[in-house]
Amino acid sequence: MRFMTIVKTRETGARPSPALIEAIGKLGADAAKQGVMVGMGGLLPTALGARARLAKGKITVTDGPFTEAKEIIGGYAIYDVASKKEAIEWTQRFLEAHIGLWDQDLEVEVRQMMDDPSEGC
Amino acid sequence: MTRQKAADAIDAVWRIESARLIAGLARIVGDVGQAEDLAQDAMVAALEQWPESGVPDNPGAWLMATAKHRAIDQLRRQKMQGQKHEHLGRELGERQVSPEPALAAAIDDHVGDDLLSLIFTACHPVLTTEARLALTLRLLGGLTTDEIARAFLVPKATMQQRIVRAKRTLAAARVPFEVPRGAELGQRLESVLEVIYLIFNEGYSATAGDAWVRPALCEDALRLGRILAELAPAEPEVHGLVALMEIQASRLRARVGPKGEPILLLDQDRGRWDHLLIGRGLTALGRAEALGGASGPYTLQAAIVACHARARTADETDWTRIVALYDALAQLIPSPVVELNRAVALGMAFGPAAGLEVVDSLTADPALAGYHLLPSVRGDLLAKLGRREEARAEFARAANLTQNVRERELLHKKGEAL
Repeated sequence: MRFMTIVKTRETGARPSPALIEAIGKLGADAAKQGVMVGMGGLLPTALGARARLAKGKITVTDGPFTEAKEIIGGYAIYDVASKKEAIEWTQRFLEAHIGLWDQDLEVEVRQMMDDPSEGC
Repeated sequence: MTRQKAADAIDAVWRIESARLIAGLARIVGDVGQAEDLAQDAMVAALEQWPESGVPDNPGAWLMATAKHRAIDQLRRQKMQGQKHEHLGRELGERQVSPEPALAAAIDDHVGDDLLSLIFTACHPVLTTEARLALTLRLLGGLTTDEIARAFLVPKATMQQRIVRAKRTLAAARVPFEVPRGAELGQRLESVLEVIYLIFNEGYSATAGDAWVRPALCEDALRLGRILAELAPAEPEVHGLVALMEIQASRLRARVGPKGEPILLLDQDRGRWDHLLIGRGLTALGRAEALGGASGPYTLQAAIVACHARARTADETDWTRIVALYDALAQLIPSPVVELNRAVALGMAFGPAAGLEVVDSLTADPALAGYHLLPSVRGDLLAKLGRREEARAEFARAANLTQNVRERELLHKKGEAL
């Protein structure tokens, strides 16, 4: 079963240090060696992105940055694992890699992806 | 921390760490059965201690350290009791070092080599195919005996026995814990790839039971394949196998209808194919070909499934290329099953009569005597040629031969629709 982990943080303009990038890269390589890493990536500042909304049947598109947002998505990973517990274990390792290397609070949403035929998606 | 929470964490850690743990220990004690016991002991210690102490920051390292201590204790005890394990004695004598530092260093280094050795040992030709599958899922996949028994639809006791007997066979045959070299490597790698693909196939087209697919087994096989690709990145056929499995797995959710009924390739809604997996599969295929492996059996099969994956609609399928790839495969591994698949492709590329000609040459082959897909394919071709009575009889025969309930229903339906 696959899980997408979505990393949320405040957008302060702080960039991850080379040490943090290395620690996350190492963890990703480890997950790949375990055969569970499907894909991962970090996201660039919201100033380079945009938001598209559908409200009352009308679509509006606004360019970044998302100044009003308390939290933004900073990155994601997709794990192919045997259980939610295992996805959580990898997520904890991901958070541990940030200790001492990233001073913002982080929150990771661990969400199962629809990929089981029995779910009839 | 509650007992339940600790147990959950241990479950997850076991899945992630057990193979490395067992591999590292097996390198020292020279016996996978003993190594697994040590690893299990460490897990039991975790179950006792973690509810009190909480899950350690680095649970994998904790398990490894605990297992190491137990291995050292065991060595000391064996030494004191003068029951020095013959193999161990030889091993340590050759190295001219005391056991403890050798133990620590050996477990920490060579993780990749150890895992490879573990895969090669679990898939050793001295074991029956059944035993290889079970042991691989147990030692490399981190599955419990219960899970493996359920996956193969056998009683737990049967599976337990199979695993115990396999470990005994390895010990009795004194199978060395190592990565084979030279000429042996190729042959032994074949066995590993075969085991992984058999696991995948048991999930992809279940030979027995009520369900048409059992995706959990496919996932286990894919995981093993991906691990192997990281461990042996220079072997083109490893990437070929991974490509084959990724692309086939991309169709899993499109292969089953709302009531659990099978949906065949050309009838599938291609929008429901998993394009993430297709992308990974095509990348792996590219890697296999770049390593010069285009003519390997798994890479050829991957190239065939890639033809389907690349076609946006069934009508766009490049059947001529598929025929050419089957021609190459038939030359490489001549088998009546490959021939049957080639006949299907021929029928699609050059008309049903061309396919039927090949199928008719196979009907007398004793290897296909009980194989339900032979009458099934023949039925399809006859139906396309308008020979309805004969087609109906073939579908009925195929339905009688298959062990899978869902497939039987599909074949009956095909016959009735004529």
